Amino acid sequence: MSLREVYRQLNFFEQCRKNRIGLWQCPIFLFVLIGLIIIGTMLGIYFIANKYTQSPEMVALIILAVTAFLMVVGYSVVQGFNRLVEVNKMKSEFVSVASHQLRTPLTSLKWSLDMLLSGRLNDSWEYQLEQLKIAKENNQRMIDLVNDLLDVSRIEDNSLGLRPERVNLLDLVQNLISKYAFLAKASNVSLVLEAEEDLSADKWEIFVDPKRIKLAIDNLINNAVRYIHGGGMVKIRLKNNKNKSVRCEIEDNGVGVPKKEQKYIFQKFFRSQNIMKYQTEGTGLGLFIAKAVVEASGGKIGFQSQEGKGSTFWFELPIKSKT
Amino acid sequence: MKTILFIEDEPTLQKTVGQVLEQEDYEIKSALDGEIGLQLAKKEKPDLILLDLILPKLDGFRVLEELKKDEMTKNIPVIVLTNLESEADVERAMELGATTYLVKANYELEEVITKIKQVLSS
Ligand SMILES: Nc1ncnc2c1ncn2[C@@H]1O[C@H](COP(=O)(O)OP(=O)(O)O)[C@@H](O)[C@H]1O
Ligand SMILES: [Mg+2]
Repeated sequence: MSLREVYRQLNFFEQCRKNRIGLWQCPIFLFVLIGLIIIGTMLGIYFIANKYTQSPEMVALIILAVTAFLMVVGYSVVQGFNRLVEVNKMKSEFVSVASHQLRTPLTSLKWSLDMLLSGRLNDSWEYQLEQLKIAKENNQRMIDLVNDLLDVSRIEDNSLGLRPERVNLLDLVQNLISKYAFLAKASNVSLVLEAEEDLSADKWEIFVDPKRIKLAIDNLINNAVRYIHGGGMVKIRLKNNKNKSVRCEIEDNGVGVPKKEQKYIFQKFFRSQNIMKYQTEGTGLGLFIAKAVVEASGGKIGFQSQEGKGSTFWFELPIKSKT
Repeated sequence: MKTILFIEDEPTLQKTVGQVLEQEDYEIKSALDGEIGLQLAKKEKPDLILLDLILPKLDGFRVLEELKKDEMTKNIPVIVLTNLESEADVERAMELGATTYLVKANYELEEVITKIKQVLSS
């Protein structure tokens, strides 16, 4: 181990920064701090005890105060470790997402190409076409995943770079509904729009980055349709809140989110247990990105859900005032 | 004709590998999740099982465990065909009785076929 390596190991500022946690949450730093406090206190107590031998209460009080302080620091250490564990969990989740979700389409793509190159399909153009379609589909899956991962890293260093323009939310939602018509039908799900009677354009005019918002809503509809087990109903509702904001609700009667997992739902890479049981495809990035985009556009997002009954995801975006 | 059961939740892989194996004159049974895979294994008693590890309903490790517990299925060779590659996963699968462990992304399609033939002829 070179001297520089030793220095790097000991440099806890560096260590803490590398783990992306604050100094006051960083166990390595806190341990050093505790050590210093203990040494300081020992010395202090020695001198004080020497000087105030007549008033032991005073010494006891000081020791009590220091102990209390150490306990607070100790508590932070524990918290810091929890935080570290979480950071590491996220890292290993990233590795597992990358190894499974990225390599699955990579393998399909590779084997399709192997198949085409092997000459095994030389006498059937139909089979060749099929393999080309598989290759293309999986190429798209990889592009989507890489885009999601890039979005996540942009969100994390606040460089999402939204390009807002006037967007009609109603159009956008109708668009997505027709995109999902096929999947919905194939999964035996009826997908309906319930908008207020007044469909005049300016009621739904918002000022957002169309591409990003579309992706966010796409994710919500995708989840609603996919996380219904064996058919059901997805209702999309649009509401205009006194021309100040629009609210969109996506209600499904699907599998729902177990109560104890609800607080994690918007975390990146999180996927609930009841979903993992029958749907292995997914990254747990959709909601994380949707929330970041909605919030960066000045809006709010949330949901209610009951396991086995269904979920309603909603978001609100401010209406662009006429100026 | 020898029968191969392919337990894999990715339909495109089912299709590609299935096509090749049919060309090679094997009979293919396919299962898209662990539960159905296990049922088919017991019903069809295939000569070989290709098993993915990340599977809906019942993961591959559990399937392997159940297969090895049952007198009827415990002698069927199992090739694990997955994209998990941590040492712990490989070790666990081998301990549970897998015959071979192949990481999909590291193999050409033809190499997989060769392995399958090898296992079937040994
Ligand atoms: N409509 C829904 N019904 C039930 N569970 C949902 C729904 N939407 C999201 N979830 C839960 O939230 C998790 C995270 O969703 P998301 O970020 O879109 O990732 P992914 O869909 O790739 O798993 C899902 O895995 C699922 O557990
Ligand atoms: Mg999703």
